Amino acid sequence: MTTKNDESGVSEQPEQSERPEQSERPEQREPARPVGLGVVGWLRWGWRTLTSMRTALILLFLFALGSVPGSVYPQRSVDPGRVAQYFKNSPTEAEWLDRLWMFDVFTSPWFAAIYLLLFLSLAGCVFPRAVVHFKELRKKPPAAPRNLNRLPQSAAFEGDLTVESVAAKLRRNRFRVVTGTDWVSAEKGYLRETGNLLFHVSLLVLLFAVGAGGLFGYRGNVLVVEGDGFANTVAAYDRFMPGQRVSAESLQPFSFTLKEFQATYVASGDKRGQPLDYSATLSVQDSPSSPSREVELKVNEPLDVDGTLTYLLGHGYAPTFKVTDGKGHAAYEGSVACLASDQATYTSECVIKVPDAQPDQLGFLIRFLPTTVPNGAAWVSVFPGAANPTVQVFPFSGDLGLKSGQPQSVYQLDTDNLKPLGKMSAQPTPLNVGDTLELADGAGKIEFTGVKEWISLQTAYDPGRVPALLAAAAAVLGLVMSLTVRRRRVWVRITDRKVTVGGLTRTEGGGASFAEEFAEIVTMLRGAAPSETSQPEDAATAIDREPVSPSNRSSEE
Amino acid sequence: MPPAQINEGLATLSDQLILVTVLLYLIAMIAYALELAFGRSRTAAAVKTRELVTVGAAGSDSSVAGSAADSAAGAEGESRTAPVAPAGWAVKAGAVAVVISWLGWAANLAGLLTRGFAVDRWPWANMYEFVVALCFASVTAFLVLLTRQRIRFLGAFVTVTAALGLGFAVLFLHVQAGPVMPALNSYWIAIHVTAAIIAGGLFLVAGVCAVLYLVRNDGRMSVLPAKEQLDRIAHRAIVIAFPIWTFAVIAGALWADRAWGRYWGWDPKEVWSFITWIAYAAYLHARATAGWRGKAAMIVSLVAFACLLFNLVGVNIFFSGLHSYADVPK
Ligand code: HEM
Repeated sequence: MTTKNDESGVSEQPEQSERPEQSERPEQREPARPVGLGVVGWLRWGWRTLTSMRTALILLFLFALGSVPGSVYPQRSVDPGRVAQYFKNSPTEAEWLDRLWMFDVFTSPWFAAIYLLLFLSLAGCVFPRAVVHFKELRKKPPAAPRNLNRLPQSAAFEGDLTVESVAAKLRRNRFRVVTGTDWVSAEKGYLRETGNLLFHVSLLVLLFAVGAGGLFGYRGNVLVVEGDGFANTVAAYDRFMPGQRVSAESLQPFSFTLKEFQATYVASGDKRGQPLDYSATLSVQDSPSSPSREVELKVNEPLDVDGTLTYLLGHGYAPTFKVTDGKGHAAYEGSVACLASDQATYTSECVIKVPDAQPDQLGFLIRFLPTTVPNGAAWVSVFPGAANPTVQVFPFSGDLGLKSGQPQSVYQLDTDNLKPLGKMSAQPTPLNVGDTLELADGAGKIEFTGVKEWISLQTAYDPGRVPALLAAAAAVLGLVMSLTVRRRRVWVRITDRKVTVGGLTRTEGGGASFAEEFAEIVTMLRGAAPSETSQPEDAATAIDREPVSPSNRSSEE
Repeated sequence: MPPAQINEGLATLSDQLILVTVLLYLIAMIAYALELAFGRSRTAAAVKTRELVTVGAAGSDSSVAGSAADSAAGAEGESRTAPVAPAGWAVKAGAVAVVISWLGWAANLAGLLTRGFAVDRWPWANMYEFVVALCFASVTAFLVLLTRQRIRFLGAFVTVTAALGLGFAVLFLHVQAGPVMPALNSYWIAIHVTAAIIAGGLFLVAGVCAVLYLVRNDGRMSVLPAKEQLDRIAHRAIVIAFPIWTFAVIAGALWADRAWGRYWGWDPKEVWSFITWIAYAAYLHARATAGWRGKAAMIVSLVAFACLLFNLVGVNIFFSGLHSYADVPK
């Protein structure tokens, strides 16, 4: 990120006098608006403006600002139900918001525009800067200035030091060293800019990885009842969301059976009924030909088949029923998934549709109570676990309306052309497992045969997740490097037996700790040359400069 | 799987320890304030004189000379206007304040630990526990910095902020100790939330500095610390906190990849963590940019801090999302 030399990144100390190379860099100057330069001039100006640090900053801000509505309005990709609710509650407003992509912020064209411009801007400023840094890496530290005493840090002492011995010592301290006839120049801390570049490049890679994951990955949701199986094919999902570049054949061909699901709840006290643990036991085949293995699926422990991950998202009850129609035929036998209408007690509701029933089609509304307790003339559930499961059945007969071709929800009964069977009560007597309800008018009977549970699963394949993680880790590493490493220079001049040492740090705010480091370097240099005349007042020069209090900052700011 | 057993005795002890903490922080705050008000004139003058000498010795480096002259003028001005009789007892009050804040710190720590032992899990899984831990982290950050630098002048402001934070948590956020939902039952809580707390504590110290910076008048004498000091401490705290915050967000993404089936999904908490991250990055850039340094950068840092607070309070209370573990009492 480069512009004028007073805006040189998260970290660099603007020191015009110390950086002659900066004036050679064309991007350093504020791009002058081209006057009558034609298309090329304008393009060049546009590119420079786009890749300037100020633009990158503004884009970064816009990026953040742009994501705010994504947290304020419900998002289709996160919660389509709440979006539909919004449309119902305030249709005109919702329509306008929808025109501005407020319900799809993160896939909207304007968000993509910010994202792409930021991408370009980052790329456009990282690469030239990398080139500059590469050249600088090979450049030698500059020769010693004439008067070392004028530097922010300096010290002088007497000793039998040679240019070679000083250079060797500084090299041992991992300084990059250049020597002259009577001086040594050393520099250290190049990792700072390296870190800075690493950070910015990693951000680019991260953006790439996220994009690639969206293109080549997919997600799917499915609900599975105990005892049932699932095979990873597009058709098997209740909802399938593929990236643009995903084909049906590319899905990992695994399959599994849900053997058992277990939910544990707090049994007593204030938090009675709060879930403690969910655990599903699966029998998994990684591919049609591989042997099956048993896997315990938990909330934080997804099933991993070669990078395709399956997560446990939710659960519920699936009571099983047997329906016999008016002619004595078994018209329905199996489980039906119920949705909890109350999370605290898992009172759940579901619908059974029996289109094959004769003479009339049958439909049932079911209320499932996992732990049933009578409450006056009514029955309620008091606990989410299935301690005393019962169902309340509301039977209907007539036309289920399935022939119209209109898709229907499996959780809703369209009662327009149905009539209740018998006297409809809000609180029918609950059935226990094994109980049978004889339907009025000889329409048949329904038997409550048992209780199973269902789990909802999400399968996700995202080839970008590992690259994204690596890029994010590299970004943090680069960030830490660029925030902690200081660029610093030390010069030593030796005339006869008089040794002068000067130093400065080229990094904003690094002065205080550099003072300490400088004092250590001076001690280190003196150490090898035990000078016969110890000079406390010289040592004091070095120490005096050390900021003794936080207020002594003017030399560093 | 954690046992549902809760040690009620320990849980009550934890609540009482937090009240003791609030009290100790308030006492410490008063002692710090006494030192600020009555003990500073002498120390300030002494420090300034010393600085004057040092800077003078540094010679005529042109970039330094201007500011040296400024601060020299300021120092002279201050020492001239300063009352000559500083109160010795007030300086002692400062030392006492430090001891009391360490005591408060210990009570705060004990409050956290007893809560953790009472429920046999990491004690920062809901908003009450999180805010208590956050206040603990900010006081820790201050006390640790204090052992290395002379920043006692910040004490009053940090302790009063922590006391207010704890008071807010006790009054409005408190929930009975209890087990957590299955999603939180993971070692990631130790990594992700701990990192968020440490970063948050440091950001809080920086936020206190930024507010003082903006409140303080230039030029005139003030009991408030000098602007350069505030600027420097805020910067240092943010430089340390920023990578930790980055780590916390990445750890959150890793956890989300385990728990929710995607590492990033623009959940409200994710959006606001990201916004906060950008805002602090903007502060770091601004401070390195001539023309933005000083007041403007400080304002950016306060905007960032506001985003952080909104992420904690606003997102937990106003938005519903996957990250709704805060368990805010209704
Ligand atoms: C990309 C994903 C995530 C991000 C960016 C994120 C961000 C944050 C942030 C910034 C905090 C600090 C406190 C606050 O502002 O409220 C926090 C706290 C917390 N996070 Fe996350 N998080 C992520 C994923 C997760 C996941 C997957 C879980 C658990 C399943 C989780 C559980 C928690 C808990 C329990 C707290 C502390 C209590 C609270 O404030 O609600 N986070 N997270």
